[in-house]
Amino acid sequence: MTKDNGTISKQKFMEELRRYQKGSVTRRHFLGVTGLGMATAVLGTAIPGLRPRPAFAAGDIGDRVILATWPNYHDEMNFEAFTEATGAHVQVNVFGSNEEMLAKLQAGGSGWDVFVPTNYTITTYVGEDLIIPLDTSKLPNYDAGSFEQRFSDAGSVDGQLYAVPKNWGTTGFAVNTSKLDGAPTPTTWKEFWDLTMEGYSGRTMVHDYQLTTIGNALKYFGYSFNSVDEKELADAEKLLLDAKPHLFAISSDYQPPMRNGDAWMTMCWTGDGKQMNVDMPEIAYVLGAEGGELWSDYYAIPKGAPHMDAAYALIDFLLNPEVNAKEVLAHGYPSADARTNALLPKELLEDPILYPAADLLNALEFGAAATLTDPNRAELLARFKSA
Amino acid sequence: MTERGRKALLLAPAGIWLLVMLALPLLVVFVFSFGERGAAGGYVPAFTLEQYANLPARWTAFKNTLILAPLGTIAALVIAYPLAYFLAVRCSPKWRTSLLILVIVPFWTSILIRSYAWIFILGGRGLPALLESIGIDDIRLINTPFAVLVGIVYGYLPLMVFPIFVSLDKLDKRLLEASADLGSTPWRTFRQVTLPLSVPGIATGCMLVFILLMGEFLIPAILGGGKVFFVGNALVDLFLQSRNWAYGSAVAMTLVVVMLVTVSIYMKFISRLGGQRQDVSLM
Repeated sequence: MTKDNGTISKQKFMEELRRYQKGSVTRRHFLGVTGLGMATAVLGTAIPGLRPRPAFAAGDIGDRVILATWPNYHDEMNFEAFTEATGAHVQVNVFGSNEEMLAKLQAGGSGWDVFVPTNYTITTYVGEDLIIPLDTSKLPNYDAGSFEQRFSDAGSVDGQLYAVPKNWGTTGFAVNTSKLDGAPTPTTWKEFWDLTMEGYSGRTMVHDYQLTTIGNALKYFGYSFNSVDEKELADAEKLLLDAKPHLFAISSDYQPPMRNGDAWMTMCWTGDGKQMNVDMPEIAYVLGAEGGELWSDYYAIPKGAPHMDAAYALIDFLLNPEVNAKEVLAHGYPSADARTNALLPKELLEDPILYPAADLLNALEFGAAATLTDPNRAELLARFKSA
Repeated sequence: MTERGRKALLLAPAGIWLLVMLALPLLVVFVFSFGERGAAGGYVPAFTLEQYANLPARWTAFKNTLILAPLGTIAALVIAYPLAYFLAVRCSPKWRTSLLILVIVPFWTSILIRSYAWIFILGGRGLPALLESIGIDDIRLINTPFAVLVGIVYGYLPLMVFPIFVSLDKLDKRLLEASADLGSTPWRTFRQVTLPLSVPGIATGCMLVFILLMGEFLIPAILGGGKVFFVGNALVDLFLQSRNWAYGSAVAMTLVVVMLVTVSIYMKFISRLGGQRQDVSLM
C-alpha cells in the first residue's frame, strides 16, 4: 500500500477506472492510486481477525508467499483475506506424503516459504539442517501456553522452537456398515484385517504409506505402531502379503472409491472420516482398540525461504484464533489451540470422530522419527506393493 | 562461414541441450548408483556395488514392466494399424484432416485427468454395472493389470497412429495398381506391398510407445490401484518415499541398460522384417 498517498479527483478516478478496465494497468495499481486499496484495508480492520499485526505493519512483505501443504487442509477465503491485508498472494503446493516433502527439501531449491511437516519429521529436518529456528517476536499470535502440550511438544527440539502446531488427528479406519449384513461394526485392527480377508475381500484399501500401512498391520499382533523389530516386522509382512490378494487398492486417495461403493473399508485419517461420515452416515470411522496413530501437523519455515517476512506473516495470520477457527470449520481437523476451540461450535467439539474418547485416544501412539526413516520398513512396503 | 562452422552452429542447440539435460544427469545417476543411502535418506558418496547386488529385490517390478510394456505396444499396434490404414488409404481427403485432428484431441488435456476418467468408466458404477444389467455378474475391472492395459492403449494410441499413417500416406498408390494388374489378390497385395512398405512407420510407432511405456508410472498407479507395480513406480517410491537415492539410481541405470538391450534386439528384428530396407529410423 505504498502508493496510497493523497486524494484523487473524480476525473482522475474515472481515468484510472478506464485504464484498469482496458487492462493497461494492474488491479494493484488501480487500487493503489484510487485509494480503494486503502479503503479496503481500513474496512478490513473493522474485522478483528483481519486487523494488521506487527508483522504486516513491518512494511512490504513482497507480493507472494509459497506454502507447501496437504490436500483439503485450508480455507481459501483465509488466503484471500491474507492477500487483501498484506498484498502477498498465497501460492499453494499440495503434497501427498512427508517423505515427498523431505525429498524436495533434501534436493534443495524447493522455493517454499512455509510448509506443513508432521510431528515425527521435525527432528529429521533439524538434524539435516533444513529448517530454521522460529523467532517468536515475529509471531505475536503464537501463545505456547494455549496449546495442548502433547500436540505442541514435537515443535521444539532441544528447547528451541522450530515449528508451531497446525492441527492434529488420528489414523483409524472407515467402514461402510451397510455391507456388514447386520454384523456389529468392527472395533479393532484385528477385525479390520480379518474382515479384509473374508467378507470384505476385494473391497478394502490400505494407504500407499509405510508408516500407517505397516503400523496398522503391526497392531494386528498387538505390537507397537512404530516397531522396527525384525521379527515383528516379519509378522506384519506375512499379514500384508496374505491380505494383498484381497485388497481393492493400495492408495491414499480412498474417498472416491469409498463414496461410489467400489471400496467398503479403508485406512483413514480423521478429516476424511468426518467428511465421508457427514455425507454418508453408513460410513463409520473407527479407532482400532489396540491403538494406532495419533499425529500433529506443524507450520515450519525451510532454510533459505525466498520470502522470509511473508512466511512469518502467513504463519502468524493462520495462528490468529479467529482465522484458525475458520480453517477448522473448513477442513474438519481439530486444533490444539484452546483460544481457537473457544470460538468453535459445541457440537463440533463433542464430535466423537474429531475428538475421540480419552481411552481410545490414550491407546494411540505418535509416529517416531526412526519409523519414518527406517530402510527396512521402506523395503517391506516395496515388497508388499510389488508382490 | 565455413561449411564446418555452419554444421557446428546447426548442431549446437541440440548438442548443448543433450549435454546439459541428458548426459550430465545420467552421469549423476551413474555416480549415485555406487553410493549409499544417508541415515535420513538421500545420498552419501561411497564406492560400493551393494546397490546393484540388491537389484533382485525389484525383480517383480522389472517383470511386470517387461510383460505389460510389450503387450501394451502390441495391443496399441493392432488397434492403430487399421485406423491408420483407413485414414491414409481409404478415407476421402475431405474427411481426413478432421479425423486426424480427432486423433490428437485427447492430447489437449492431461493424461492424469484422462486416466482419472477411466477410473469411473472401469469402476463398479461404470462398465461392470452395464455388464450386470445384461446378466454378467461380479466383473472387476478397475485396479487389475487389464485396466492398466486399457489405460496404456488409450493413452498411447495417437503415438502409434501417426507414424503408421505417415508411412502409408507416402505409399505410392501406383504400386498397388501394379500389383493388382499383375494378378495379385487384395490380401496378397497388402501382405507383399503395403505391409512391408509401412514397416518404418510400425517400427517408429512401436519404438515410441515401448520406450515411453518402460518408464511409465502414472497409469499403473491410477488404474492399477497401486497393485500393479512398474519399474517407474519403484523409482518414484525410491526417490520420493524411502529416499534411497543410491538404490534408486542403480535401478534407473539398470532400466537404461535393459531398454538399450531390448531396443537393439527389436531393431535387428524389425530390419530383418523390412527385408532390403536398411533405412529403418526413429523418425
